[in-house]
Amino acid sequence: MKRVLTGLGVAAIVAYCLIPFYWMVVSSFRRTADIYHQTPLPSPWSLESYAGVFDEGTGFGQALLNSAVVAVVTTAVTLLIGTLAAYALARLDFRGKNVILALIIAVSMFPGALLVVPLLKLFTSIGWINSYQAMILPSMSFALPLTVWNLTTFFRQMPRELEHAAMIDGCSAFDAFRKVILPVAAPGVFTTAILAFIVTWNEFIIAVTMVNDVDRQTATVRIAQFTGAAKFATPFGTQMAAGVLVTIPLVILVLFFQRRIVAGLTAGAVK
Amino acid sequence: MSGAANRRRGPRERAGQSRLAALMLSPTLVVLALVVLYPLLSAVRESFYTSGETLDADGFVVEGERFAGLANYSGVLGERFVNALANTTLFTVATVSIEVVLGVLMALVMHRAFRGRGFLRASILIPWAVPTAVSGLMWRWIFQADGVANTIIGQQILWTTEGVQAKIAVIVADTWKTAPFVGLLVLAGLQIIAGEVYEAARVDGASAWQTFWRITLPLVRPALLVAVLFRMMDALRVFDLPYVLIGPRKHSVETLSALIWDEATRVHYGPASAYGTMLFLYIALIAFVFVKLLGADLLADVRTRRRVAS
Repeated sequence: MKRVLTGLGVAAIVAYCLIPFYWMVVSSFRRTADIYHQTPLPSPWSLESYAGVFDEGTGFGQALLNSAVVAVVTTAVTLLIGTLAAYALARLDFRGKNVILALIIAVSMFPGALLVVPLLKLFTSIGWINSYQAMILPSMSFALPLTVWNLTTFFRQMPRELEHAAMIDGCSAFDAFRKVILPVAAPGVFTTAILAFIVTWNEFIIAVTMVNDVDRQTATVRIAQFTGAAKFATPFGTQMAAGVLVTIPLVILVLFFQRRIVAGLTAGAVK
Repeated sequence: MSGAANRRRGPRERAGQSRLAALMLSPTLVVLALVVLYPLLSAVRESFYTSGETLDADGFVVEGERFAGLANYSGVLGERFVNALANTTLFTVATVSIEVVLGVLMALVMHRAFRGRGFLRASILIPWAVPTAVSGLMWRWIFQADGVANTIIGQQILWTTEGVQAKIAVIVADTWKTAPFVGLLVLAGLQIIAGEVYEAARVDGASAWQTFWRITLPLVRPALLVAVLFRMMDALRVFDLPYVLIGPRKHSVETLSALIWDEATRVHYGPASAYGTMLFLYIALIAFVFVKLLGADLLADVRTRRRVAS
């Protein structure tokens, strides 16, 4: 009896999570003429919408590339400086540690809309509008706290004996970090990289504010303003196909690294 | 534990560690100062100034910034700001409450599920991974007049037009995306409850409901509170979902973030900064009250668990 109930519950959760997503995927494979059909599977299947996404003038390929540039650079820079900060917070002994950690967490709760106002003014005056850095730099306001917080929890869980052994062997504190800790911490750093990449890829308010040139828009902004190549009505098929394409990189990450992602997401919450 | 070790290590080594820590922390702190502290201070300052061309008392054109006192804040009493504040609050209260209930239910089920765990976990991550802008488009399609939502409920509701239905559409879409995330956090909390506790409850003849209400819920409370705090802070600054699902500058779903953004993109930096400062204060106030009311024992819990663990 209990097993049946659990089974039903599992089925309900899977349906809840996947059916809306499934509907987007199915709709993306219908012909434009069949877009309002509500059969569970498209008949016939068609790639018309996907062709529409990459039609000249949509700039969608460029938008995907822009998203990749912004997300990859933000993730890389964030990891580079965030790993150092996290190690100091987790392992070194100095005054004001807890205050700094609390501040960094508080920063992650900042409303993007507030940050965007002065930065828009600043970037306008120094000619940064429509540049990658105008998206990358503000994106650090949320990617960096996430990275530092996750890695701090991760470093704390590592056995202290690692550094002790290294230091007895004559390493300095920084060498111990670089040569002993960092290689062992690679999985945690990798998990954090995935999370930082996903949240940056999904970013919207900064990208929609700092860029108005279609050639520099990221994919999330581009699809929100997507009218497709077609001049008539809202091109729902094309929108769904574009939505699927923007989501695919993330779905792949989720399928491959689900265990790590879950560990990373819940690291700060229960430990 | 670490304190004792450090005392043994002596003051010189401690000074060395402090210097290293300062070096390692400075890049992060510099970046955060640049992209968070500077905008915050700048916005607060800006909110008291007005810019652009105006006429002075003698009828001459004056350019540049002038101190404006609370003039930029006058809109705070206006209908548009109050409406945005009400929408933001409604979305936050509605979505977070629904997500907590659904999230706890999902966590309870996932905790019992043994077969197909990998598939279940992958499914539950999908809504979280779908970018909000894409989920906005997706639900806009589902909520079309001829869309599948209307077919299922057999109604002809114009979901994405101004009105209560637009608010409901936003709440549904937001709940879909984030309830599984709450479920994951709660599940992590469930997994650290020792099995013996349930064993003891069973031996004492507790009913399933008693076990849930008296054991599971109190023990999972810290994880749940963290999830609620995360979600509240997120919901209070929501921008992209209403923007994509219903559209920009739509009265019935305009949130504070949307209002601020709209003013900023019209180069009304003064009012935008004033509203931004208000949103910041609102979020800070809610976080403060939340931690004060519910968080005191949350912190205590974490501390006890740390002590037990070490």
